[in-house]
Amino acid sequence: MYVAVKGGERAIANAHRMLADKRRGDRAVDEIGVDQIREQLALAVDRVMSEGSLYDRDLAALAIKQARGDLIEAIFLVRAYRTTLPRFGFSEPLETADMLISRRISATYKDLPGGQILGPTFDYTHRLLDFALAAESETMPPATSPVDPAETMTRVTDIIAGEDLIENNPQPADGQPVGDLTRDPLAFPADRDLRLQNLARGDEGFLLALGYSTQRGYGRNHPFVGEIRVGEVEVEMLIPDLGFAAPLGVIAVTECQMVNQFKGSKTEPPRFTRGYGLGFGHCERKAMSMALVDRALRAQEFGEERKGPAQDEEFVLSHSDNVQATGFVEHLKLPHYVDFQAETSMLRLMRAANARQAGLPPAEAAE
Amino acid sequence: MTTAYNFAYLDEQTKRMIRRAILKAIAIPGYQVPFASREMPMPYGWGTGGVQVTAAILGPNDVLKVIDQGADDTTNAVSIRAFFARTADIAVTTKTSEATIIQTRHRIPEEPLTANQVLVYQVPIPEPLRFLEPRETETRTMHALSEYGLMHVKLYEDIARHGHIATAYAYPVEVAGRYVMDPSPIPKFDNPKISGSAALQLFGAGREKRIYAVPPHTAVVSLDFEDHPFERNKFDHPCALCNATDSYLDEVVTDDRGGRMYVCSDTDYCEDRRAHGHRGAQLAEAPAGSALGQKPNIEAAE
Repeated sequence: MYVAVKGGERAIANAHRMLADKRRGDRAVDEIGVDQIREQLALAVDRVMSEGSLYDRDLAALAIKQARGDLIEAIFLVRAYRTTLPRFGFSEPLETADMLISRRISATYKDLPGGQILGPTFDYTHRLLDFALAAESETMPPATSPVDPAETMTRVTDIIAGEDLIENNPQPADGQPVGDLTRDPLAFPADRDLRLQNLARGDEGFLLALGYSTQRGYGRNHPFVGEIRVGEVEVEMLIPDLGFAAPLGVIAVTECQMVNQFKGSKTEPPRFTRGYGLGFGHCERKAMSMALVDRALRAQEFGEERKGPAQDEEFVLSHSDNVQATGFVEHLKLPHYVDFQAETSMLRLMRAANARQAGLPPAEAAE
Repeated sequence: MTTAYNFAYLDEQTKRMIRRAILKAIAIPGYQVPFASREMPMPYGWGTGGVQVTAAILGPNDVLKVIDQGADDTTNAVSIRAFFARTADIAVTTKTSEATIIQTRHRIPEEPLTANQVLVYQVPIPEPLRFLEPRETETRTMHALSEYGLMHVKLYEDIARHGHIATAYAYPVEVAGRYVMDPSPIPKFDNPKISGSAALQLFGAGREKRIYAVPPHTAVVSLDFEDHPFERNKFDHPCALCNATDSYLDEVVTDDRGGRMYVCSDTDYCEDRRAHGHRGAQLAEAPAGSALGQKPNIEAAE
């Protein structure tokens, strides 16, 4: 006769049960462990931590398992957990110059103090499927590094700044709070701290495409990779009762500092400008894209004409969050039949009016 | 819920922040108040704004009803009702008259609301001017200056092109003679119910981080022109189940040969009418246990 179009509690429960079944897959295959994801899908874990805004490798790995490998779903799970956590305060700015480095490269100098450290990178691998990996493999331990892992290295941008060839970073004013768009709604125009927070949480694919577009002429900003550094930094927090900054622990981050098109004025000598990217774990593609987009968003500050989407603050910041984006796109799956009914009725009325004007007999309404 | 979550999921600090936004919204009817919307455990676009408003105003003695498309048994309504039953352990109902808080997506209940009820709308795009002007910086200025010419031009262009205003849902309204407001994607059929309602009406947009309100007994006018007054959409058919002629109807496709039946979108209203002996032409044909004929937790009318 007709189909019952409305779902119910049992249907939801059954769908979730089936999801759990599909997640587990073939029972003859071992269940994947959260520790295996954490150790062997580490870059997926890093992405979930970065865009989920929560530095916890185990929780990110759990989220990836629960999401069946759908990273945006995993990011969503982490965000929905993070939002329930109390926020105690802000850390001191990370001192990335003191980073314990596992990878550090510069495209602006052939050699520099500390040297170029390739570290664990896909760069220069030939992208040939390694069929030996299909079987369990005996992996060799890494070659021992010629550099002292405890040695810190001067940031490339500090070397350039030593010659006054690059704009100075603004100094944080003491006691001035840092913006947090998870605690205050974003308003436009947004300051750079909020823009960077938004980009750090932003979707890697979205930022990649925007960064790419600046290279193809939609807001070109002449970037050089001053430096990409990957490694561990200490997080410190100022405890008012103690009167000094106490270390909270160590996190792995990737930092990208772009050196961009120079700017000068009648009163200021020309200097290179900066684009900045930072993310949790090892996330070079994200950090580089972020740095390109950060610089593009500074167009107004430098009096540049805004002609590319990457330079449009409202456009970029309003659409970068993949949890927001996926929610709103996917909400189209929810029923809309009340509104569709309203549109259909109007369409029928308009068609009937057209038919009357054309002198045609009114079409029989379907019953 | 036996976990570490607070009553109604959100922590008390967050609830206070949302309540402050709600109070401001009530004080400035129709004005969109920015608030620090939280990430919720359901997706953006699926009611996170409404859920946050409900969580902020919910007390242990409240009775909650959740509807989507007018119905209590649509999947998302079931999911949100279950969320609050689980995180707040409050009483839930499908009866409009029993509820103290009604969270809704896309409809206003047919039964007039009372002074001790709050209607919480889920809002996808709170800005009525958004599709005329995509920039928030611009639209906020337009609201500040009551610069609504663009909206009237849009409505006028509809009339020039179609002979009437071609907006069937999310039909813009003016609240208390000041702010133009998006009533959320309710059919324009529901617009007159917003005006002068005895209930407080709160609107939550989670992704867009806005809360706005229509206080009780506030005049809300659907935008129109003197020579093209606002018209409510009408139906040619009564409800096939309860014979109501004053309710908004869902069109249900009954076969693949053009067969249709029209039934109340407000399932509680339809139930109630049938319980009072109203019988529609196709009531006998509705198979027992179908979602159309009855709701799972209410006795069948016949």
